[in-house]
Amino acid sequence: MTEPAAPEPAATEQAGPGPARPGPAGSGLATEPAPPWRRLNPRMLVIHPVQEAIRAMPALVGLLIAGSSSGNGPGWSLLGLGVVVVLGVVRWFTTTFRVTPEQVQVRHGLLRRRLLAVPRDRVRTVDVTANAMHRLLGLARVTVGTGRPDADADLRLDALSAAEVATLRAELLYRGTPGQPAVADQPAAPPDQELAHWRLSWVRYGPFTLSGLVAVGILGGFLAQTLSEAHLDTSRFAALRAVREWAERTPTLLVVLAVAGTLVVATTVASTVGYLLAFWRFRLTRQAHGTLHVTRGLVTTRATTIEERRLYGVELVEPLLPRAARAARCLAIATGLRSRGGERAGERGGALLLPPAPREEARRVAAEVLRTAEPVTVTLVSHGTRARRRRYTRALLGCAALVLATGLAGWLLGWPGWVWAATLASFGGGALLAEDRYRNLGHALTAGTLVAATGSVVRRRAMLGTDGIIGWNVRQSYFQRRAGLATLTATTAAGGQHYDVPDVDLGTAVRLADAALPGLLAPFLAGTTAVPPGPPKPTGRAAPDPQGLDPQGSVTST
Amino acid sequence: MDVPNGAELRPPRHQVSRTAIWYWTFRAVPGWLVLLVAQIGWQLADPDHAGWHTAGLLATVVLAAAHLVVMPRWRYRVHRWEATEHAVYTQSGWFDQERRIAPISRIQTVDSERGPLEQIFGLANVTVTTASAAGPLRIHGLDQDTAQRLVDELTATTRLAGGDAT
Repeated sequence: MTEPAAPEPAATEQAGPGPARPGPAGSGLATEPAPPWRRLNPRMLVIHPVQEAIRAMPALVGLLIAGSSSGNGPGWSLLGLGVVVVLGVVRWFTTTFRVTPEQVQVRHGLLRRRLLAVPRDRVRTVDVTANAMHRLLGLARVTVGTGRPDADADLRLDALSAAEVATLRAELLYRGTPGQPAVADQPAAPPDQELAHWRLSWVRYGPFTLSGLVAVGILGGFLAQTLSEAHLDTSRFAALRAVREWAERTPTLLVVLAVAGTLVVATTVASTVGYLLAFWRFRLTRQAHGTLHVTRGLVTTRATTIEERRLYGVELVEPLLPRAARAARCLAIATGLRSRGGERAGERGGALLLPPAPREEARRVAAEVLRTAEPVTVTLVSHGTRARRRRYTRALLGCAALVLATGLAGWLLGWPGWVWAATLASFGGGALLAEDRYRNLGHALTAGTLVAATGSVVRRRAMLGTDGIIGWNVRQSYFQRRAGLATLTATTAAGGQHYDVPDVDLGTAVRLADAALPGLLAPFLAGTTAVPPGPPKPTGRAAPDPQGLDPQGSVTST
Repeated sequence: MDVPNGAELRPPRHQVSRTAIWYWTFRAVPGWLVLLVAQIGWQLADPDHAGWHTAGLLATVVLAAAHLVVMPRWRYRVHRWEATEHAVYTQSGWFDQERRIAPISRIQTVDSERGPLEQIFGLANVTVTTASAAGPLRIHGLDQDTAQRLVDELTATTRLAGGDAT
């Protein structure tokens, strides 16, 4: 039965007519009365004005400064604050939402009324976050994601009480599948299987993530800007004067080392704090209803749920520094979850299955999530000497270009000779990079999973279920054609959208693609003329979708 | 099914329209013109190094001519397409080449488009998208009748295949 949970009538004061429901003709549901519009939690009357005031802080400060020239800075600023507070209060009164049998609808805006509607079967993620203020008042913010690349398509409800969130989450996620009753209220607490939980000792990987680098950079830039803008006479501050005097009598090399040391310490501290803030009490559980549930966060908590039917694989990610510390991250490859595009996109997008943790732990979690250890442990097929030669050629050509450019610039601008000589050292680094890139390169097909390993600066091992592959690209540059190599790309609706097997022998690539999706390539192979015996049926789970053209798979995050 | 060792992916069966050669030639002209105009402007602004500038201009003209002669013909030999009742198969590029294969059951949309320059040459391109952001199959340089026929055919077979295309 497909009847969704009837949304309970909460906050019924304004059961407005709303737009006509675009129910499918003939659907029995169309006769049901539209559920009433619900409001955000009244406690948001406190939070909204504060949030708006914080957001408007730069403008308010600007008013204060601009106003002080006309003699009444505080007055203007207070007026601005008043406007902002009123806007915050109005926001609560103008935001309503409801869950109809077909859609999730949110109305907001005072002058420009907007209605955002998302078909319920397009709901990919339900992400629940709570910052310090929310947690103080027992609230949480809900983001209903549709998995579209533009985040504007997401519905935001800021915020609901914990109980309301639980109800809404159950309504949206467990809407019931044929042959399985919908869960009307909060799902009866099923025995959760814990796959991983955070240990305090993992904090040691915090510094290696360099997550604090940006914060330190911004802080440093801000300080330098303030010092130069304010025209501070540094000699007026004893501490600054002492630093300056010390710098003047110390050799330059020592000063450079001291500055570098300070930066390293600051980045380490900031990265560790960042790690703690983001991953405190991280917990990954497998729940009944076939979902993976991730909770984490120290001050701002976040809970994400990934539906396993939308999960097509797992990716192990090891950037160079964490890799040196034998740490790895685990990302989900699931439809509706963006896991590429920026180092931290996967975490923001909710695809994180394990924060930087011991590599063995990451491998164990990957195997648990995949329900088979084979893709994690299988020995990869190496891409051979031609691939290795290409790695070296590309790395060393880059180095040669660098050396040539520095040589030319040095000759024209009269740089000292040692600058050019120093760039020769890049050949050593290039060779190391090439060798590492080659050693990490490999592929395998096992347990219905395509394993593709690449990279050096960021080493990745993508393990993608073949049922998630929706096509192949075989790319050959001129030089790859001469070497008989190709880059085989498996396209997918999940995660990074494409997973590459670079510089693999062309014949091997074709065999791999054919073995992964039997039948698809057969009519296009040389020597075969007959029509293939049957339609290539790459997915065994193409459930009819009324939307027809929707990416399958759903990742839901709560 | 197992592919025997040495089995090769053959190129798709159909070539695009011959007119596409001229379309690609004309499409590449503006880029070279911009470069030439910039170079001439530089020469006028800096008449001291006339020899260098003339050499640069000459190099550009030679490269442009080679590109405009070689690229479209090479492209024409590479660009091919094929649509069976189970899959769409395209080959594109020239210096770098790419083959893309998508099963009919995974097709989401089939679009045909005619840009202003393509209209002049009576050409159209067909874009077949799948649920993956990385997988659109584009066939450039089809004559308009073929493009229309291909779109109709793909639309029909896609509807037959059903499913949700992911």
